This record gives sequence, C-alpha cells and structure tokens, in this order.
Amino acid sequence: MAALTALTSRTVVLAAANIDTDQIIPARFLTTTTRAGLGAQLFADWRYDPAGAPRPEFVLNRPEAQGCRILVAGDNFGCGSSREHAPWALLDYGIRAVISTRFADIFASNALKNGLLPVVVAAATNAWLLARPGIELSVDVEAGTLLLPDGVAVSFPLEPFARHCLLAGVDELGFLLGRRCDIDAFERRA
Amino acid sequence: MARTPQTLFDKVWQRHEVTAESAATPAVLYIDLHLVHEVTSPQAFALLRERGLPVRRPERTLATMDHSTPTLTAQVFGGAPIAIDSAARQVRELEANCAAFGVELLGLRHAERGIVHVIGPELGLTQPGKTVVCGDSHTSTHGALGALAFGIGTTEVGHVLATQCLLQRKPRTLAVNVRGRLAAGVTAKDLILAIIGRLGVAGGTGHVIEYRGDTIAALDMDERMTVCNMSIEAGARAGLIAPDETTYAYLEGRPRAPQGEAWEHALHEWRQLPSDAGARFDGEVEFEAGAVEPMITYGTNPGMAIPIGAAIPRRPEDPAFGRALAYMGLEAGAPIKDQPVNVVFIGSCTNARLSDLRGAARLLRGRHIAPGLSMLVVPGSQQVKRAAEAEGLDRVFLEAGAEWRESGCSMCLGMNGDTVARGQYSLSTSNRNFEGRQGAGARTLLASPLTAAASAVRGRVTDPRELL
Repeated sequence: MAALTALTSRTVVLAAANIDTDQIIPARFLTTTTRAGLGAQLFADWRYDPAGAPRPEFVLNRPEAQGCRILVAGDNFGCGSSREHAPWALLDYGIRAVISTRFADIFASNALKNGLLPVVVAAATNAWLLARPGIELSVDVEAGTLLLPDGVAVSFPLEPFARHCLLAGVDELGFLLGRRCDIDAFERRA
Repeated sequence: MARTPQTLFDKVWQRHEVTAESAATPAVLYIDLHLVHEVTSPQAFALLRERGLPVRRPERTLATMDHSTPTLTAQVFGGAPIAIDSAARQVRELEANCAAFGVELLGLRHAERGIVHVIGPELGLTQPGKTVVCGDSHTSTHGALGALAFGIGTTEVGHVLATQCLLQRKPRTLAVNVRGRLAAGVTAKDLILAIIGRLGVAGGTGHVIEYRGDTIAALDMDERMTVCNMSIEAGARAGLIAPDETTYAYLEGRPRAPQGEAWEHALHEWRQLPSDAGARFDGEVEFEAGAVEPMITYGTNPGMAIPIGAAIPRRPEDPAFGRALAYMGLEAGAPIKDQPVNVVFIGSCTNARLSDLRGAARLLRGRHIAPGLSMLVVPGSQQVKRAAEAEGLDRVFLEAGAEWRESGCSMCLGMNGDTVARGQYSLSTSNRNFEGRQGAGARTLLASPLTAAASAVRGRVTDPRELL
C-alpha cells in the first residue's frame, strides 16, 4: 500500500447522495482476477453512453476534472456491495481522497486498506465544498485536517490505527501476523 | 455482584476477542467460519502467494461459486462452455486456488452448491454464536441464526485466510423492536422493506441491528434470513436475531450441525446467547408490523419503498429524488400499482429459499404469466432446487411459462449472463434496485415473491392479495 501523508489537489464533485458501489464500478466488470486497470470502468454507466463513447456532460469527462485527486460527494458514499473493486477503481483512476458527510462501513474499511482516504466532514462544510467544484484543498493525514482555500483548517476523524498504516504505507496484515501467539492461545482456549 | 446485562451482540463479540481494542489499535476478532466465492477471492489468494503464506485454518473455510456462474443447465451440467470468458476464468481460478491452499470447494457441479448465503445455513455450518464473514455484503443473512455475520472486502478475505482473524472496531448496537402480526399476503420481505424505508439507507451505518419482538419470534428461519439479509440495505454492519426453538429445530440434523453429545453441548451454549433482560442498546426503534402492507420500491435505492397501493411520493425540492424517478421513468404522485412490467425475477440470497418458491408457486398454480413478459425462477441452491422439484414446484413454474434454472446469484446483479435489458422494468425479489444493478439501464422494482408472482400473471404491478 502506498503511503499517504499529505495531498493537495483541485476537487471534482459528484453531488448525489447514496452513490453506491454499483455506480462506482458496475458488477459486470467484476469478473477480473486482478486489482489493476479498473480505473477505465470507474462510474462506467455515468461516464459512457451505451455505445461506449464518453458522455461530455459527465464531470469526470470534463477537461477541468483531469488530474483531480480529491472527490467531493454527497452523503453516504459507497453504500451497497462490499466490492473492493470500488476503491481499486477510484485509486486506479487517480483519486486519493473522497470527502463526504458519511461513508458506508465496508467501503470506508476497504478504502483505508488501499490508501484511499475517506474524509468525513460536517453537512455545512460538505455543502460548501459541493457548491465549489475545482477549488484546491490540502489534506494533512498526520494532523487529520483539511485545509480550505481561505486558510481555514477543518479537522476530520480518522481511526488511529488506520492513520498509522496510511502514514507508514503498511497494511494491517503484518500486525495481524504479529499476533500469532495470541491467536494460538485463543484457539487453545476455544 | 450481578453481571452487567449483555446483548446477544456483546456476548458473541466478547467470546471472539483474541485481543480487545485499545485507543491505538482495533480488536483482533476471531472468525469461526469464512465463506469464499469466486468474485471477491482471487486477489486475496494472490496476496497469500505474494507473501508466501498458507491458509491458517482451511477447515474453517468453505468455498463455492455463485456470483458469476451461469444458471443455464447446458452451461452448468451440459458441457457447454460458460458463455462469459472472464467468468469461466474466475471459476477455474477458484478451483485452482482451493486445490493449492487445501480449501474445500463446493464447485460448479456439486450437489450442495448454491448462493453462499443460502448454503451456509442449509448445511448447518452457520450456527448461533459463531462469527461468520464472507467477501459479500449480504453475509448479514447468517445473523438470522444468531451468528455475528458481516461482509468484508477482498483485503480482509486475505487477512482471514492468513490469520483467521480481522482487525475490527466494535460497532454500536441498534434494537429494532417489531410487534404485532403480519397480515395475510404480507411477507418478511415487505416487513424489511418497510423497516428500511423507516431507517433510511444509511440509518444503520456503524451499527449491528438486533431484530426483536413477537413478530420476529413468530417468523420461520427462511423469513428471518430475508429480514437479516437486507440489514446492509439500511447500512448496518450486521443483522441479528436471537436463537430460539425455531432456530434449533431448523439446525437439528443438518449435515454440518453438531450431532449427538456435541449437539446437546451446543444447545446448552446457544441458550445462553439471547440478550439479557435489561441489556442496553445504543439505539432502539419501535416498529408496528400489523400495519405493514405489501411493499414495493419505485426508486433507485431500497429505502425508496412504498405500500403497493400508495402513490409515488412528491419531493420537488430534492434533485436526487427527481433524478431517481427520471431513471425509473416513473412520475411523482402516480400510483405504482398497474405499472407494466417486462421481466419478473424470483431468486437471490434474499428470496430464493424453498418457502419463497412455495409462496410464488401458490399464486402461479393453474395460471399463466402475461403475454410478452419473461420470468426467471432461480432457486437459491441445488438442494433448494431438488426439494422444489420433489414437490412439483418446477412444473408449476414451467407450466405458467417461467424459466426454471440452476442456482446462483443470477439476475440480482447481472454479471453472469442473466440481465435485464436497458429501459425494461424488472419486478425482482432481490435486494438492490440501484441504477444498472440488473443490467445497464435496467429499472428494478423490489418486492416479495408473492407480489412478483401476482405481477407476472397480470403483467403489471399487482397486489398479491387480489389473487390469493
């Protein structure tokens, strides 16, 4: 997992609430056996018309969205299926942080395990961000803050162990493998 | 000193803590049963290979294939190739991974294969008090037996394969207290759609729901599984129902349930599990079941559900609502009843168990589906299929003009060849009406098997009580 300590980027905005993982990556693309290359199918049914041509009106297809690494979305982002292909697709496309008022539990867990940062902000902050697509934001993972263009720093919650993994660029498996003695003891007790 | 009263969730959680959580680290939670399928496991097995790790406890892991597998008999048993090449590759990869890592696989032609959440309980593997995980969000289904069961991502599938454990922060608890008797023609599916409509699609986020009350106690196991299955559609981490005599009667004698003396011992343990009197939940919701009517969705998430006789709500101030109705091609203020339907799907981990098929067959017996409509009936497992055939349900469906398929996830998620065409209306007993869920541009209306069968007969959305 690639470490994430700080990030500065313009935003791209998808204002809809309840963006589910079937929108992020439709199920028909899940017959892959690798993690790579899913960015091409990110938001496929919103991004492309039935013939496969990009829909020019969709935000990710606009010139100003190119290179944006922060996505601002409506409430309850990532609901639905547990498919980790959703964060894989976002990361492969180039997104490193998603800002919303709330994330579905499994999506948030999957995202953090791959170095994609879910940033939970208050409804007023999110509404402000949704109304200003393309503004430049800075995220400081260590401090847990989002720096707005006017210099205001908004803090966001981040589970301490996930923060540690993000900053160090390590996944949780090493920690779990390091608990082998405890797991052995648990299995003997059970 | 008296012990602090505990909830069912607290008890199961505590009994599986290898190490408790601290401010710095989540709990290490032991997993009793890990169910694996072809779509969310290849990258997890690849992780084990990269790190040179074995599967720690292969005997606690069971694999099957359901999501991308075909339901056409010719492709399952007839020697015809699986039509989707990438799905065929996934099937072969799961076979190879299970062989290489020593994991038991109920493969494509196995007599006990089926949708992963149907076969766990059916085999007696899912048991009260167990922790159960699977790389699929509808793992919440298994909570119907009093197991703490939740969906995980592929990285976590790798963690469980390698360590039999997960790092988890303890979720909060939400009691949904359901009282009163469901009216005739109203099913567990209608109940859970009504509950989701009330909680909202994110109302359960961060929580484990325990469904309680006399309504829940009166449900049979198939119905309880339908309720717990859709907990995730309210955003909940898991759904739980306390084990009781109904649970024990369901499990007794199943091939992988404890037998003999072990059964007696297990029963003794299971009877300790229900929430203690006075146990505190982080939230409680009261729900009256007697007033629930057959429910149907009209929008693009499962919370957008109304009684079948009601009009589609008006929310002119909400652009997302307008967008959902535009996708669905439906009008605010219009009745949903009599909306023409092109496809009816009876299947999925929500509603493809034997009692679901019996309910649908009861309405279809001696009737025929409407001209121009197509109907797919896909049993939840090969065992459900054989049991249904032994009762002649397959004949009822076939004579009514429906197709009768091999088990699998099928049209629930349209990644296996079973899809709904762009713009078509599908009345489906599955769990998600998201845009494109059943195929790009498909329009899904979620309802019970009774409503699905009645609507198939009329070719339009029909209150099943009119045909019962």
